[in-house]
Amino acid sequence: MESALLIHRIHFAFTATFHYLFPQLTMGLALLIVILKTIALRRRDAVYDQAARFWAKIFGINFVLGVVTGIPMEFQFGTNWSIFSKFAGGVIGQTLAMEGMFAFFLESAFLGLFLFGEKRLSPRAHWLSAVAVFVGSWLSGYFIIATDAFMQYPVGYYKAADGSLQLASFWQFVLNRWALWQYAHNMSGAAITGCFIMSAVGAFYLLSHKSVEYGRIFVKTGVIVGCIFSILQIFPTGDKQGKMVTDYQPTTLAAMEGLFHGQTAAPLVILGQPNDAQQKIDNPLEVPGVLSMLTYRRWNAHVQGLDAFPKEDWPQNIPLLYYSYHIMVGLGTLFIAIMGFSLLMLWRGVLFKAKWMLWVLMLSAPFPYIANTAGWLTAELGRQPWLVYGLMRTADGYSKAVSAGNGMFTLLGFMGMYMVLGILGLFLLWREIEHGPEEAEFAHGLSGPTEAHE
Amino acid sequence: MTIGSLWFWIVGVMVTVYVVLDGFDLGAGVIYLLAAKTDDERRRILRAIGPVWDGNEVWLLAAGGTLYFAFPQLYASSFSGFYLPLMMVLWLLMLRAIGIEFRAHLRVSVWQQFFDAVFAVSSILLCIFFGAALGNVVRGVPLDASGYFFEPLWTNFKLGMQTGILDWYTILIGILALVTLTAHGSHYIALKTDQDLGRRARGIALLCWPLQFFMTCITLVATYFVRPEVMANYEHHKIGLLVPILVFSTLGVMLWATPKEKEKEKTAFIASSLYITGMLVGAAFALYPVVLPARDHQYDLTIANTAAGQHGLEVGLIWWTLAAILATAYFVFVYRMFRGKVQAGEGHY
Repeated sequence: MESALLIHRIHFAFTATFHYLFPQLTMGLALLIVILKTIALRRRDAVYDQAARFWAKIFGINFVLGVVTGIPMEFQFGTNWSIFSKFAGGVIGQTLAMEGMFAFFLESAFLGLFLFGEKRLSPRAHWLSAVAVFVGSWLSGYFIIATDAFMQYPVGYYKAADGSLQLASFWQFVLNRWALWQYAHNMSGAAITGCFIMSAVGAFYLLSHKSVEYGRIFVKTGVIVGCIFSILQIFPTGDKQGKMVTDYQPTTLAAMEGLFHGQTAAPLVILGQPNDAQQKIDNPLEVPGVLSMLTYRRWNAHVQGLDAFPKEDWPQNIPLLYYSYHIMVGLGTLFIAIMGFSLLMLWRGVLFKAKWMLWVLMLSAPFPYIANTAGWLTAELGRQPWLVYGLMRTADGYSKAVSAGNGMFTLLGFMGMYMVLGILGLFLLWREIEHGPEEAEFAHGLSGPTEAHE
Repeated sequence: MTIGSLWFWIVGVMVTVYVVLDGFDLGAGVIYLLAAKTDDERRRILRAIGPVWDGNEVWLLAAGGTLYFAFPQLYASSFSGFYLPLMMVLWLLMLRAIGIEFRAHLRVSVWQQFFDAVFAVSSILLCIFFGAALGNVVRGVPLDASGYFFEPLWTNFKLGMQTGILDWYTILIGILALVTLTAHGSHYIALKTDQDLGRRARGIALLCWPLQFFMTCITLVATYFVRPEVMANYEHHKIGLLVPILVFSTLGVMLWATPKEKEKEKTAFIASSLYITGMLVGAAFALYPVVLPARDHQYDLTIANTAAGQHGLEVGLIWWTLAAILATAYFVFVYRMFRGKVQAGEGHY
């Protein structure tokens, strides 16, 4: 691969991957905070209000990191992928501008009110500000997914005389069927992150015998909501997403399943290592016929392998795509097991006493991050070698004006900067968790000096 | 007027709103270490901008997004051409956000000093960078037939065909921006705080005035020298004369209102906002219909050769109007909620 191309790809992949660690928790927690605030409002329960205040602090730190790592994303289309930006800007400029105009304004305006305005607002108005932050963050997600969906499955465009893509139908583009399912799948994934983090923090409090009252609320809320979304993640959203890949990106499907050769009654590979050179799976553990069933709903359907497509249209990094996909699916299955079992124990009234299960919940915290990251890797590596599927190759889209040397300079800069951000973020989040929910200041300083922490 | 021209002015207005709004919190950062001596005073400055700075910064994103939507070729050329300074702006924006937000989460004196310095230094550098960016757009960049360019940070600091981001002219505009936003931020802090802090902020604003007046005159002359073409629109459309009238009358109002002890902080702040508006609208007026001049004029990027397709621009007008009304409503609401002087011990920061 040409070195400038490689640098620009790593540049975007690195900054996007790091960035998405934060919005997934932002979007997940926004929903959970609305749930806590709703319960507080309806039951007039001060404990739930305090619980929401605690999560608002976590949310605040996480939000800042999401914002500062998100701004570069909007810039990088132009800075590092200018040829692509010019090519597709007539279409995807719509959703990227709408994200700023509709979502970011809503989110930022009401976040200030939500975090700092509790004593200036009535309880209902404060609840409303939490809802506005939730709507803003989930709206933002949609515009980004719609942009990505266009790159995966371009619709609603026409090709102008100068070769660039221009908008033909706004609604066809914005309501891209690919976007609708990908959005549902992605948001469910974000909710899972929020739920696992909430139940992990709750489990930590229960195991360490402090803030027990809050620990129970966190575990309970995280497990109930988490169970719902873990199921939605696989069915229907994941299933529909897979079906779309089958229909519109058959090459991708073959690569992510590690299916080098097409066959009838295609097996589902559970474990095994793709062997690029010999075009086979090493040490395969397979279930016969299942892939045919999942993709075409018939046990003996024929599934096209990579051999059905010209090699220049194959995703370049088949092993990484294969592993990303398998890790995502494997963890998704594990989430149902963990949340399903926890819910069962919660219902039987034994969860809070079952130390081992609390340990499982606590130690599961990193898994949704891995699963969400693997999911995005699957989507974006699977799209290769295309930047806009079938219309522009990745190799043709980067900024020719920006040399590999300049690209590497800023890539290293981002790596250094993000290392600092990551360490600082983890440190501050840990401090908030350690201080515990009781100390989350009432209305941020209403009841006295904010130095109460020290 | 074509729909492309309409979008030119929409983006122009959004950039202006960004500079007016984020300008005062950037300026607050510039004077942060000078005006605020104690921890309480520093926290009052942070509280004065805390609930709004993030929303203000969104105007940059929204303006950038709208620029991308309306003029994809301009976005592609300018963002890749200004690659290095843009990336540095991103890093500075990151550092600044951390300086403002994480100070409150880590109440340890040593680290607070660190966050304070990060906030102040990044604010100062951002003012200079934004000014230099404007200078680049007015001066013109080394675009070629491909429609792209790449500017190093500096070459020989002279105006030639192979310019860098920084040369004597863009540095001059950078200093003008720093002075202007320092004054702007001082007016805002004088408006939002009282006691010693408010008095010191007003003192800084007063000190800035002669500098701002001097730099305004110098840069106007320098701009004429660097790009005489800027006068063309002013010669053809007499309405352009409103720009210098606005600029100098707002300077006059600032000079009159700033030393007044009471009640005039708002007048001074509004005058400062209108001054910024006048300068930026004046620049846009001079450029129109060029959106990014090339050093070699045959390669100028104009509204006509950078705009997106007609249908997309028409559809955009519908949703943009709706979103702009909503955004204005949020801003009015939020600023009303946090109106008045900030009190000690109130709020998060």
